[in-house]
Amino acid sequence: MDISTKIAEKTLVASLKGEFDMDSVPAFKEKIITQMEKHGLINLILDLKKVNFIDSSGLGAILGRYRFLKNKGGRVFLLNLKPQVEKIFQLAGMLKLIPVFSDLTEALEEIKEGGISSAQ
Amino acid sequence: MRNKAHLSILSRSSNVGLARITAATFAAELDFTLSELEEIKVAVSEAVTNCIIHAYPLEEGIIEMDLEIEDNKLIIVVKDQGVGIEDVQTVLQPSYSSKEDHMGLGLAFIDSFMDDFQLESQVNQGTTLTMIKIPEKHKKTVG
Repeated sequence: MDISTKIAEKTLVASLKGEFDMDSVPAFKEKIITQMEKHGLINLILDLKKVNFIDSSGLGAILGRYRFLKNKGGRVFLLNLKPQVEKIFQLAGMLKLIPVFSDLTEALEEIKEGGISSAQ
Repeated sequence: MRNKAHLSILSRSSNVGLARITAATFAAELDFTLSELEEIKVAVSEAVTNCIIHAYPLEEGIIEMDLEIEDNKLIIVVKDQGVGIEDVQTVLQPSYSSKEDHMGLGLAFIDSFMDDFQLESQVNQGTTLTMIKIPEKHKKTVG
């Protein structure tokens, strides 16, 4: 899986590409943690537009970041889920925890305005 | 229609993708929809991941996957010779996980996505997971 990152509105926006399974988890954690610590960020947007497969290992890695950042007062949003990927999040009950957007500007606006509470 | 295939892999995370692609490619011989093939990929991914994490926690071992098509029915058997499971009933409970950083959803996904599955294990002998899936359009005709 390839991961590219950028920073917008004091938020790390990470675009993932490929298949998110246990083989991708170490690189995902390393990249996200390093970038967020380096820039002192607590908000994360994961763009999954180019992720065509995810299993419970991928979900576990995302949930781990969600719990960690929530404890720091930060938030995690998901962007652009493909139907087969959304089904996995849905089955795991994670869509009750993590908001999903289809537009980056809209997600960044929510972060800027603090429109969605991290406390669930 | 009848067909068989076998895959033998080392318990490495880089082989999880190989196992699920192999299973989905084999399963495509049947009339599965794309959505059903995605479900098979998730189930196989979870099965092989479980072998890597739980069966061979300390050293690499061999994971065997047998694929079979019989009368429009797909049978996938994933087998290891690892540490085994002491209490199979416990691991079948929803969200059970022996590892703190894992969600315990692997078998729940397998249960959701496959029509039937069976888990057999013996401590220090290994574990065998048998999964069955029938294309939705053939469910009325296949017993």
